[in-house]
Amino acid sequence: MKKFLASTVAASALALMLGMTSVRAEDTVDPNAKQGGAITITYKDDVATLDPAIGYDWQNWSMIKSLFDGLMDYEPGTTNLKPDLAESYEIAPDGKTFTFKLRHGVKFHNGREMTADDVKYSLDRVTNPKTQSPGAGFFGSIKGYDDVAAGKAESLSGVTVVDPYTVKLELTRPDATFLHVMAINFSHIVPKEEVEKYGADFGKHPVGTGAFKLAEWTLGQRIVFERNADYWHKGLPHLDKITFEIGQEPIVALLRLQKGEIDVPGDGIPPAKFQEVMADPEQKARVVEGGQLHTGYVTMNTTMAPFDNVKVRQAVNMAINKARIIQIINGRAVPANQPLPPSMPGYDKEYKGYPYDVAKAKALLAEAGHPDGFDTQLFAMNTDPNPRIAQAIQQDLAAIGIKASIQSLAQANVIAAGGDKAGAPMIWSGGMAWIADFPDPSNFYGPILGCAGAVPGGWNWSWYCNKDLDAKAAEADSVVDPAKAGERDKMWSAIYDKVMEDAPWAPVFNEQRFTMKSARMGGADNLYVDPVHIPINYDNVYVKDVQ
Amino acid sequence: MITYLGRRLIQSLLILLGVSLITFALLYLLPADPVRQIAGRSATPQTVENIRQQLGLDQPFIVQYWRYLTKLVSGDLGRSYIQRSEVTELIVSRLPASLLLMVGAILCELLLGLSMGLIAAVKRGTATDQTLMVASFVGVSAPQFVVGLLLLYVFAVRLSWFPIGGYGTWRHLVLPSLTMGILGAGWYARMMRSSMIDVLRQDYVRTARAKGLARRAILFRHALPNAILPVIAMIGIDIGIFMGGIVVVESVFGWPGIGQLAWQAIQRVDIPIIMGVTLVSAFAIVLGNLLADVIAPFIDPRIKLR
Repeated sequence: MKKFLASTVAASALALMLGMTSVRAEDTVDPNAKQGGAITITYKDDVATLDPAIGYDWQNWSMIKSLFDGLMDYEPGTTNLKPDLAESYEIAPDGKTFTFKLRHGVKFHNGREMTADDVKYSLDRVTNPKTQSPGAGFFGSIKGYDDVAAGKAESLSGVTVVDPYTVKLELTRPDATFLHVMAINFSHIVPKEEVEKYGADFGKHPVGTGAFKLAEWTLGQRIVFERNADYWHKGLPHLDKITFEIGQEPIVALLRLQKGEIDVPGDGIPPAKFQEVMADPEQKARVVEGGQLHTGYVTMNTTMAPFDNVKVRQAVNMAINKARIIQIINGRAVPANQPLPPSMPGYDKEYKGYPYDVAKAKALLAEAGHPDGFDTQLFAMNTDPNPRIAQAIQQDLAAIGIKASIQSLAQANVIAAGGDKAGAPMIWSGGMAWIADFPDPSNFYGPILGCAGAVPGGWNWSWYCNKDLDAKAAEADSVVDPAKAGERDKMWSAIYDKVMEDAPWAPVFNEQRFTMKSARMGGADNLYVDPVHIPINYDNVYVKDVQ
Repeated sequence: MITYLGRRLIQSLLILLGVSLITFALLYLLPADPVRQIAGRSATPQTVENIRQQLGLDQPFIVQYWRYLTKLVSGDLGRSYIQRSEVTELIVSRLPASLLLMVGAILCELLLGLSMGLIAAVKRGTATDQTLMVASFVGVSAPQFVVGLLLLYVFAVRLSWFPIGGYGTWRHLVLPSLTMGILGAGWYARMMRSSMIDVLRQDYVRTARAKGLARRAILFRHALPNAILPVIAMIGIDIGIFMGGIVVVESVFGWPGIGQLAWQAIQRVDIPIIMGVTLVSAFAIVLGNLLADVIAPFIDPRIKLR
């Protein structure tokens, strides 16, 4: 990995001299990995679709990554971008033109070679309103997006096929997140003939260029992936077969894992069994812990009295006892003091946040004109542990005189209340909290803290809208040059520090990930808490009991 | 008979129409927005509006309902919002599992209920009778998810007699069927008991006894066939109770039937699936009742269809 970084830096330096940024791919495969074998993974809920333009669930996100590829990807187990179906790319000095050179000889599962036309087709398809892609908005910076989104054009004018192995993408503004967008599932490459053959059922008959191909899908019961023997990345994948068993409760999955019947419970260790598992050294040894790009927070509606007063919001920040809340969830999190999670670039390590200080919180409330507190409502999702966490917050607030009644509702109803300007004074985000779509600091701002999200039906449940910060965010995102990434991260840190001054949220904790695996599973630990592949990186893990 | 059937069929269609209207209206009135569920968190307002338009959810209620009905007439239940597959395909693929569970449940409740009722009737007034009746009362009133979890814990986790969940072999079928059957067994035990007591008082039983027939022969050859008929006629009505139960039981046992499908759809406001499963269940209930009524006169000639 170090070698990769060095070569990247060298290539970038050379390109800078030429006035543009250019990066080439280099691939590595774990030399200890064993080839062959099959594993079984369980999930409780149905897998909705395996169409990369549509799938946006916990279960199918990573499955799609194994069936399809994008122009960009991340080094396994990390948040470092690398070219994938692209062999190399160049960014023009103005940061608005990206040229990707494609790998030769990459084949779809149907045997046809992938070319630049497929890239163009895939991007046209995902942005076409008829596709109903939840991710269409990610491509908003590509020239011609507005016309396609409005149904006025069928094709993005900013995507040009230069030759079968070169595709040029022009943007309307410099966009530092664009390489991440080229790595997100929604931009993965699909073959036109198969999409047209299956129409709306393509998601049940996925054909991509990925490491695995779909072998069997029995609705509601089982999905089987089979190794793609023609995969362009030589040496991958290691496994011959992955079976996903659907409809299994997490508790049942854990018991089956203990009996050696399955390899990874996809929904994780059930909270009620967590302490029991961690108390048993033999089981604990098979648990991999890692950070995830998640923050749990309390939103305060900044347009509603008394939360329109910053002092009240700061008081709430000081009133919440985060350590106690983390105890409630058996220590499966670390306390948060800012919107960004610690594993996200741009996280401000120096920032101390608001201390837990009841006396000071009371004083702030008095200053704000509420010496005796006030009555309010705290919305929370009704599945465990969220009601218990909401009760803990309720008690903390009561200690400074705020009497919050808890509205414990189904997820969809809490989301609806948050998206209504007069809907919810406070929301505990648990079960609906933000998990980044890609590892970039901007992803925690726009939809949940920026003005764009403060609209009816939006996800900015604080209705916080700071035009200055929106301008600063746009400025940070125009720093496209990868060599200036550090500078850009600092700009983002400053934005989040400012957000915390205004305190539209009380950040509470960052959930940790705990993936449990069978003893036969091999591969580096970070493949089991891969920040992008959840729960595990299917392409790179292997089993030790073959050969 | 023919006119009766014709009238009942028209009634049944009207009931289904009413069910579809009420369900559609309730789902329309939900505060949760299905488009937000489809679009997910990262969708821009424009994406949300585009999806709303594509699905026709921007249209007034009457237009939406009319569109649904016209498609329904041609057997089209629409496409799932989340899974994007044909609802008919999703339901058809899961129906065999639910039907299998239903057959298992009917067997369990008949076997358990009828034998409990029979024993209680024969041992009328004894401690056995009282114990059985208390047990049947518990069976009727215990919530299915509690019964399900208890059976799982005792017979799958502790004793390992049956698999903990899943689908495929007869061993997988036992615990979910039992969970569903216990509720019905309680009812059947009580009905069977009173029906049997009634029959045992009849003159022909007394005659048989006077003839010196063995107790066993009297019970099984003369009393039981007569006592069991009115009880059997209830099975059609049971289908309604089962349709309610499968949502809970299938979720507890990870049984891949339409109840599990409905439960997942409800959580994600996947309206076409919720509508589809509701209509299929309503259809099953209506059909069950119709069958019960049509069979009744064959079992008891005193009943006439008019």
